[in-house]
Amino acid sequence: MKIMTCPLNGPRPVSEFFYWGEVRPMPDPDSCTDAEWADYVFNRNGAPGVKREWWCHTPSNTWFIAERDTEKDIVLKTYFYQGDA
Amino acid sequence: MPWRLLRFALNKKHPEPRMFTSHNKLKSSYDVVIIGAGGHGLAAAYYLATEHGIKNVCVLEKGYIGGGNTGRNTTIIRSNYLTPEGVKFYDESVRLWQDLSRDFDLNLFYANRGHFTLAHTDSALRTMRWRAEVNKHYGVASEVVGPEAVKEAAPMIDLSCAGHSPILGALYHAPGSVARHDAVAWGYGRGADRRGVEIHQQTEVLGINVQGGKVKGVNTSRGYISTNKVLCAVAGSTPRILKMVDVRTPIYIHPLQAMVSEPIKPWLDPILVSGSLHVYISQSARGELVMGASLDPYELHATRSTLDFVEGLTSHMLDMFPFLSSVKVMRQWAGMADMTPDFAPIMGKTPVEGFYLDSGWGTWGFKATPVCGKTMAHTLVNDTPHPLITGFSLDRFSNYALTGEKGAASVGH
Repeated sequence: MKIMTCPLNGPRPVSEFFYWGEVRPMPDPDSCTDAEWADYVFNRNGAPGVKREWWCHTPSNTWFIAERDTEKDIVLKTYFYQGDA
Repeated sequence: MPWRLLRFALNKKHPEPRMFTSHNKLKSSYDVVIIGAGGHGLAAAYYLATEHGIKNVCVLEKGYIGGGNTGRNTTIIRSNYLTPEGVKFYDESVRLWQDLSRDFDLNLFYANRGHFTLAHTDSALRTMRWRAEVNKHYGVASEVVGPEAVKEAAPMIDLSCAGHSPILGALYHAPGSVARHDAVAWGYGRGADRRGVEIHQQTEVLGINVQGGKVKGVNTSRGYISTNKVLCAVAGSTPRILKMVDVRTPIYIHPLQAMVSEPIKPWLDPILVSGSLHVYISQSARGELVMGASLDPYELHATRSTLDFVEGLTSHMLDMFPFLSSVKVMRQWAGMADMTPDFAPIMGKTPVEGFYLDSGWGTWGFKATPVCGKTMAHTLVNDTPHPLITGFSLDRFSNYALTGEKGAASVGH
């Protein structure tokens, strides 16, 4: 069983968690072009590597950031969102 | 055909040459370079050689022939999709499948079994009626049937599914079939090889030379090749290749797992799929039950299988077929599925001139192998997308014109 460390609840089975994709800055919808908005809505950085992602520990509804190597399947760090994304 | 097999019994030496020619060196240039020797890439090479007379073609493969998702899927072939684009496209593919064994002179074990998609809720049944009507409109055999028809086709089923998700009906698709997946890659590969296409296994693409927005060549682990046309047909490795040419797409990779049981006596003729229970199951010619579930829930570029998957899938399997409780699981594996937001592929031209994509095949690529090869060969030769694939172009995302095939994905992902 894979284990993920929740910043609030400690190490838990990964099945308790929900994945919500990479942390991505949102362009300003009022000033960006249609093309920029479409790029934000649809396109993803699909190549493997170390990524910062949103995860949620569902039983406690705790949202946090995980740094994960998507090629090696290793979670490097988990911490609460600091308002920097 | 069966008489021909006698030669193998009567000859002391194996009476046929090896299936593929091995080439010691890459040439310095080719008319077309295809990345990925899976079903799709080899089919494109085959149709380039047979239908368009283009034989100076090289197929590059990082691993071995058919070792990616071609050899990792659950071999189901069907065309009961939801959108007009999807139905027409997959129906053409099913037609091509039916003649393939003869075209290749190779037994693909293509077996027409019939395909039931089970509905456990009213809303699922409603989507099936919709699918059936779209299918019938385009001449695809597809109808909604009641639970009794499911029971008749698969008498061992528990129609109540352990009491918690009773089967209300099913979408029945008579042309639903299975085929031997490796043989498909081998058949296309051998056909292309015999016509002069070079297949280079153990040859990894390291970079793609793009100058002034045009493809000029490919850098491989065995040297540089110059070419003006590159077809990328690499399924789960698509984002890595796209990074080399700096093209952005919505493709993201999730593993999709599958497993087979030990071989047992034939008892299941049709292919059964349950979207709500996340199960699909068929019995292979060898008697193994071939089973799959939904995608793994997060992005991962690896093909390790998990115990969580086996536990989840078997518990749902037992809801449907309680008598399987003593049957053993023999193998499990994973493939990297290249998913798109609208559950339709991304095919055709890209912003880079001479770089063509056959991707976004997620969990539905095997059945499309022949028609992908055919339409991509046409697209490469004419430099305009084949009429069957215009709805699958990459620019549909920047135009907000998505295809909406999710309702027909085999299980709710």
